[in-house]
Amino acid sequence: MTNNPNPLASKPVLKLALVAVGAGLATVLVLALNANISARKREGRQTSFRVVELNERTVDPAEWGKNFPRQYDAYRRTIENYGTRYGGAGSEGAPISKLEKDPRLLTIFDGYAFSLEYNQRRGHAYMLDDQHNTKRVTQRPQPGSCLHCHTSNTVAYRELGLKGGAPGTLQEAFDSANGQNQLMAGFEAMCKLPYGEAARLVQHPVACIDCHDPEGMQLRVTKPGFIRGIAALARSAEPVPHLPSIEKWRKGDRKADYNANRDASRQELRSFVCGQCHVEYYCGPKTTLFFPWDKGLKVEQIEDVYDHYKFPDGHRFYDWKHPRTGAEVLKAQHPEFETWSQGIHARSGVSCADCHMPYVREGALKISDHHVQSPLRNISRACLTCHRFPEEEMQARVEAIQERTHNMLLRAEDAVVALINDLEAAKKGGLDEAKLAPVLEYQRKAQWRVDFVNAENSMGFHAPQETMRVLGEAIDVARQGQLALRDLQQGRKP
Amino acid sequence: MKGQRSILYLSLLSALLLGAFTASGAYTFVAAHGTSYLSNDPAVCVNCHIMQGQYDGWSHGSHHAAATCNDCHLPHDNVVHKFFVKAMNGYHHSKAFTTMGFPEPIRIKAGSAEVLEANCIHCHGDMVQELTAHGTLGVPTDPTRKADLHGCVRCHAEVGHGARR
Repeated sequence: MTNNPNPLASKPVLKLALVAVGAGLATVLVLALNANISARKREGRQTSFRVVELNERTVDPAEWGKNFPRQYDAYRRTIENYGTRYGGAGSEGAPISKLEKDPRLLTIFDGYAFSLEYNQRRGHAYMLDDQHNTKRVTQRPQPGSCLHCHTSNTVAYRELGLKGGAPGTLQEAFDSANGQNQLMAGFEAMCKLPYGEAARLVQHPVACIDCHDPEGMQLRVTKPGFIRGIAALARSAEPVPHLPSIEKWRKGDRKADYNANRDASRQELRSFVCGQCHVEYYCGPKTTLFFPWDKGLKVEQIEDVYDHYKFPDGHRFYDWKHPRTGAEVLKAQHPEFETWSQGIHARSGVSCADCHMPYVREGALKISDHHVQSPLRNISRACLTCHRFPEEEMQARVEAIQERTHNMLLRAEDAVVALINDLEAAKKGGLDEAKLAPVLEYQRKAQWRVDFVNAENSMGFHAPQETMRVLGEAIDVARQGQLALRDLQQGRKP
Repeated sequence: MKGQRSILYLSLLSALLLGAFTASGAYTFVAAHGTSYLSNDPAVCVNCHIMQGQYDGWSHGSHHAAATCNDCHLPHDNVVHKFFVKAMNGYHHSKAFTTMGFPEPIRIKAGSAEVLEANCIHCHGDMVQELTAHGTLGVPTDPTRKADLHGCVRCHAEVGHGARR
């Protein structure tokens, strides 16, 4: 053997071995790339899997999840606890009490269930459990109306309707005449049942069937309160430029009621499905649950409906009589749909789902993110599609709006509390109740406006200027009430 | 001899594996429509369906009849520059779509944004030369940051891919 300066490199066997190994590795990599490409192509073609047959009787979202696993997984993530600066239940286990954080509410809600317990909201997954467990339900008798929003109830309503004698069967289509009859009959019947009895008829929080048609998955509205409420809104004279299908219906012959499932565009439905529940409504024992949209969606228009509404016993509409003052006051519940309707986003055609269920990319699929949550938790996907600015800037903008609103809200609550305290003192001082009656109207008006903003879940973001207007009016009316009371006490004409 | 036999076997193995590599490479190239990327057809950009939104937006947009994807996103100054940018874009797109490691919504890179603006001026230069004579409008809102979009498309954002929603 001769002396080899470079023993390894000169051996032809090793060179060949290296080539073989290199070629082998390269082949593996190319095949991996090919597999990736095939996977992307497949993802592009098949967006859902027909594992089970879904129909109008499939209430359990887990069944729907077999065909739509990505949407179902995201839907289940609403069980995650989180907190933003002005919302969310926080990531701790125990719920955050709004009453503890803002004791003014104890005065404002005195005598009503909301003074017992009023916590920060949690994700959709908790809606039924939290309702079962809140002191407002466990320590006060409530009607079955409460289950209109907090549970998946299309089948329960129809079954109850059929039991009550509505014609047809459960097999008939949801939007058939019989199907709708069964729905409405069952809805009215369940509203009359006591909460405990009604709760036994339902099992799941709001689920897939409440917003989606099981055959073709198209969006639809199923909640009777909304179906009636949106028809009432359409009949009203209030312009709704952000809901063009209603404007179109108004120009027609109006023979049939406005029907969102027939008349609304897909983009409008992306707001309507949320508007089934995120609204102001009457929920109490005296009459069937209804949405007070007969005159429009603004705070004073809803107030107008309530002011002219008479319960079956002939009395003017009110939610409870304030024990400290005797005023018949109103309670507002989460008027997100009404508030959003007054803002620039609604006017620009941005729906609820655009921000709260933005499109998410999973592999090559683009689907709506069913993890409904605050858009502040994914600013990039929720805002930056249209607002091409850095995330920090968008977040700063939102927080500026919310902080201004929050400060004004506290100021307005102070004004209402001051009025309540003055009224209470006047009553204790022996002032004639009949003379007090006009001043009590100020409390009703002021408290309604403050509560309208307090109960709304965006801290002003859905319509900042409108929200400030409402709070400004609340302060004005409360202080006017104090002035009127003072005039009364000093013998002057108010 | 033993040495010669192992060389023979290894040669055969190398040839086999090299052949396998070439064949699977060719197969992958064809399956991924590799040659289509040499063309000017906008439908090619939708090989990766993640671009479907942009394709649809362009189809309904104002420049549908006037410009294809390449007309706006690739330089017109010389052919070498054009194909270089095309290759770089292709490489970045392939890497992103394979590893899925990009933020949503997708955002144009600074270099590509410059190519884009140069192309606005390439066609509309006669009309806007007074505006751009002292430099383009590409001033970021925050001087400490690079702008996501600068120049023409800050205001005329919808001319390419149509309305933002």
